[in-house]
Amino acid sequence: MDLIAVARIAVRALARNKMRSSLTMLGIIIGVGAVIAMVGVGQGAQQQVQQQIAAMGSNILFVGSGTVTRGGTHMGWGATKTLVYADMLAILRECPAVKAAAPGSNTSSQVVFGNDNWATRINGTEPQYFDIRNWPFLEGTAFTQQDVEMAANVAVIGESVRKNLFAATDPLGQTIRIKSLPFKVVGVLAQKGTSAAMGDDQDDVVLVPITTLQKKISGQDWLRWIMVSATSRQASYAAQEQITSLLRDRHRIRAGQDDDFMVRNLADMADLADQAGSIMTMLLASIASVSLIVGGIGIMNIMLVSVTERTREIGIRMAIGATERNVQSQFLTEAVVLSLIGGAIGIVFGMGASYLITKTLGWVVLISPLAIVTAVVFSMAVGIFFGFYPARKAARLNPIEALRYE
Amino acid sequence: MGTMSQSEIDIAVQQPRESTIRVLDVHKYYDLGETRVHALRGITMDIASGEFVAIMGASGSGKSTFMNIIGCLDKPSSGNYFLDGIDVSGLSKDQLAAIRNRKIGFVFQGFNLLSRTTALENVELPTLYAQVSKEEGEQRAREALELVGLGDRSTHFPSQLSGGQQQRVAIARALVNKPSILLADEPTGNLDSHTSVEIMEILERLNDSGLTIVLVTHEHDISQFARRTIQFRDGRVRRDELVVNRQTASHVLKDIPVED
Repeated sequence: MDLIAVARIAVRALARNKMRSSLTMLGIIIGVGAVIAMVGVGQGAQQQVQQQIAAMGSNILFVGSGTVTRGGTHMGWGATKTLVYADMLAILRECPAVKAAAPGSNTSSQVVFGNDNWATRINGTEPQYFDIRNWPFLEGTAFTQQDVEMAANVAVIGESVRKNLFAATDPLGQTIRIKSLPFKVVGVLAQKGTSAAMGDDQDDVVLVPITTLQKKISGQDWLRWIMVSATSRQASYAAQEQITSLLRDRHRIRAGQDDDFMVRNLADMADLADQAGSIMTMLLASIASVSLIVGGIGIMNIMLVSVTERTREIGIRMAIGATERNVQSQFLTEAVVLSLIGGAIGIVFGMGASYLITKTLGWVVLISPLAIVTAVVFSMAVGIFFGFYPARKAARLNPIEALRYE
Repeated sequence: MGTMSQSEIDIAVQQPRESTIRVLDVHKYYDLGETRVHALRGITMDIASGEFVAIMGASGSGKSTFMNIIGCLDKPSSGNYFLDGIDVSGLSKDQLAAIRNRKIGFVFQGFNLLSRTTALENVELPTLYAQVSKEEGEQRAREALELVGLGDRSTHFPSQLSGGQQQRVAIARALVNKPSILLADEPTGNLDSHTSVEIMEILERLNDSGLTIVLVTHEHDISQFARRTIQFRDGRVRRDELVVNRQTASHVLKDIPVED
């Protein structure tokens, strides 16, 4: 018998018991649908994280002042005072993989405008910072290098600060007060959102020239961080090594001693986030697979019932010349047809569920062709795996006893 | 066809001129724990091509076991069974399936049609396992239905047919692969006397055209339509005789009134 004839007989047999067949299929439909929707959610989240990191600039390195341990007390990151402006100049001068760098220091302070005030982070930096971070302006511009040299009282504000202080007014040209000093707002940054890597609100910030911060606000002359961009994403690893060895040299750290700074590579973070995303996708998919396996057990259950119910039919078929193989392939085909039709409907169901998730929760859901192919192959495998035992049982029946079965 | 090569099938189902059943000292016993139950205690018998044999006996006489063995549904515990000169006792399961498919047609007491399957599809069923094309299978099934006078009922389901009609569909199914032997196990057991004679008339007609028929029955009247009766008792052949003053079903049918 050819495959088409066998499949036709299987469909016929399943159609005789529509209610039961569709309920059996439901298990596979939900299983495949869940796998597709869950993998879609996982991959969507992964893609979103990747896009955020790419928007941040995957060739960015973050050099931070490091930890020190004094008398057994761990002081935490940023406690050292050894990272200085000269280090940044040295990095620009001596590390060929580095394209640009911006120094940074920060403090927290209350920012006042009119009757409103807002506690936020005050970052001191240089104008190239905005280029390195690829951060566009909503209005106005960055402060200039001249502002830096003169330690001018100018500020660039983030979107969250604008929302909280300038709900009704155009901030550009207005004067805000930081630690009772007046600052003229020269620019408003476009919204960047929550950072994927750190999870903090990147828009809740006021940026001023580094010199202004150091001399007039914090009184500290060391740097908290240096933001560096490498010449390319690939070069960021080389840049990391060059910076590390340069700074160890400059800070006179002997071999075996810990760094008093840290270099974070955003490409590294992207990889990490990617890994975390993959693990999440796998996790979601494996949870969803459980329902697919449960659906498979449903198929096995129904096929076993069906074999018992149709014992007489099996006896008749054997009496008129069906071999064990014929009987086995008939029941196996029924199981596979059940799971394949269930799988096909499950794909549609999974896509519908993904659409609903996108619509209602606003998550990005990514349906990949790979997930669909996997779902089809998997549901077929479920059919073969869980259909095998009942089919074997049918084929092993003794025709004489089967014919006598009531 | 699994373990069976095409040449083996050819050997197993080759059609010689004389279709014969030859049974030599066949025993069948079942071991039930400590005790051994004997169903057949040494049967030796020849049935020639074109014979019409009725096998009779009480339940437990071994007649059903004997039918299962000559129908290749069961194997003898000892002894030999030659079907058309081939020793069937040594064949594999797949080879036996092929013989059942092509050399033997079965008719059962309970009709054994597939429900929710049309008469035509029921008759077609054996052709599915005979490497016959879908078109030829359907053609043969239509011819077989015509032969039993049900050409106009091909799309009916078993539940829409009377008992006699269902048995005729079963006979058509038994004939569709053009077997050399028709085995009928109490074919009239579920039918009223008039319909029984109708069924016997069909068997008679098939026998007249050369088909070997072996019929199991416990009704004396029915056995008298055969040419030879064999009486079983306790797993042995008790009597084997030719029917004298044989009645033909076609004559009887003319004499009894139709009740409706």
